[in-house]
Amino acid sequence: MSETLRPDLALIARTVRQGARVLDVGCGDGALMAALRDNAQVDARGLEIDGSNVAAAVGRGLSVVQGDADTDLGYYPDASFDYAILSQTLQTTRRPDLVVEELLRIGGQAFVSFPNFAHWRGRISLLWGGRMPVTRLLPDTWYDTLNIHHVTVDDFRALVKERGWTIDGQWFLKGDRETTHANANLFAEHAVFLLRK
Amino acid sequence: MASVPISEDSRFGLRRQARLTTPLNLSSGARLGPVDIAYETYGAMNADKSNVILICHALTGDQYVASDHPVTGKPGWWWRLVGVGKPVDPARHFIVCSNVIGSCMGSSGPASIDPATGDPHAMRFPVLTIADMVRAQAALLDHLGVERLSAVIGGSMGGMQALTWPTLFPDRVESCIVIASTARHSAQNIAFHEVGRQAIMADPHWRGGDYYADGQVPSAGLAVARMAAHITYLSEAGLTEKFGRRLQGRPENPNGAKTFGFDADFQVESYLRHQGLSFVERFDANSYLYITRAMDYYDIADDHGGSLAKAFTATKARFCLVSFDTDWLYPTAESRIIVHALNASGAQASFVELSSPFGHDAFLLECPELNRVVDGFLKGGRA
Repeated sequence: MSETLRPDLALIARTVRQGARVLDVGCGDGALMAALRDNAQVDARGLEIDGSNVAAAVGRGLSVVQGDADTDLGYYPDASFDYAILSQTLQTTRRPDLVVEELLRIGGQAFVSFPNFAHWRGRISLLWGGRMPVTRLLPDTWYDTLNIHHVTVDDFRALVKERGWTIDGQWFLKGDRETTHANANLFAEHAVFLLRK
Repeated sequence: MASVPISEDSRFGLRRQARLTTPLNLSSGARLGPVDIAYETYGAMNADKSNVILICHALTGDQYVASDHPVTGKPGWWWRLVGVGKPVDPARHFIVCSNVIGSCMGSSGPASIDPATGDPHAMRFPVLTIADMVRAQAALLDHLGVERLSAVIGGSMGGMQALTWPTLFPDRVESCIVIASTARHSAQNIAFHEVGRQAIMADPHWRGGDYYADGQVPSAGLAVARMAAHITYLSEAGLTEKFGRRLQGRPENPNGAKTFGFDADFQVESYLRHQGLSFVERFDANSYLYITRAMDYYDIADDHGGSLAKAFTATKARFCLVSFDTDWLYPTAESRIIVHALNASGAQASFVELSSPFGHDAFLLECPELNRVVDGFLKGGRA
């Protein structure tokens, strides 16, 4: 059961309260849900678009529904979870702002994690190479990527401010390790925000 | 490993029948009793009776879920899912499967004898609903000393019963698996059934349903009903792959030829005719009328003031729904409606659409992912 979690998921797993009710939107094969269930007695539910991921998650005994974050969140009642989690999925949605609004309606707090498009490697690639960045966290070419709304740390902060959401926590990752908040928009490969309405 | 030997208790084992003397109160307001239920059990109940799984069968199915069919000799209809080493395993579970009331494999139905008259009920049998079938199953479980179901599992019409279970008996069901099914019969579903019923009733042998005495049964009508229904169980791609436009081989011409007549020139015609003819050997035409009618009346939301979510507020059961991408009889959209209602009611729900070329029939066919999902879901309850 001691499966190694992706660093952003490990960070979320450390922060979620024992016994909380959690909705993991874009839960993949349920790695985070399983860790939360096994280590923190969390009542975890998942939403995942890919059928074979759902089959894998249900096969490990998790409650996961096949569906689309853009269209299916409306079916969850208000405040029905303590946390709604959106990890590495924000940039693949059609309307990221509306999806976060839905997360904050469904959950008391929302974790949102995404790859930072303004990381210096990506900037150099665009500045000197004149090509869309293809990096470890963004490994796909521009034409077959699922990431249709690339976002930077500062973009996201601006959205949070504009919508009047509250940031309860923020973490930045470089490789597998946490990095400082200073110049996160330049140096963080990955950001995790904990929001509240 | 041999399972615990079943006691001398004659209620348990293969090819059982129970006569339940307490009449059933039916959805129509009528009462039915005494009620005969034909059923099978596999495996043994554990000490705290926490390992009971009820399997619900589809329209033309029966209680022989995991043992050879007495008429056709074929293996149990869900042997891929139920059996030693399978997700539903008699080595671990006490498994019950009963013939629905209205059917013709030993449970009370139009072909069974009305004790009041000594003649078959025929069309004097009361019209049933899916809920009535579930009430009969609950009465059987009372008879077997089973209070709670660890799981109720069904595909197609069996899925309708499985989904109805926690709405009627919210405290008796711990988990519920609904495969290739729906929360209500659609206009298209009803339309196909009406074609089948009209074919049966248009057969001159049907005679208002009183055909039992002389053995002249409406087999032509029933065969047509089965042929039409069978098409809905398959997919266009599946039919094309299996038959295409290939012609039926004949002794004088193994590759087949157009006869410029109305014999079964095409392989698909020959296949359907065979399906129709073999079906009438094992099924009663009046039962077909009654069971299709029960399915048409099925609409769980309608029984709960129009709100499907309300139907599930009283239960703590976990749900698992599975659909197949080529099933156009009970398409994925129908399962999504159920999932959305379960989400709205806060129920623990899983749902996955699996890929299969076989259309609605996929739930009965080889599908390793289905077994993985069912196995994981059932074991998930024990975490």
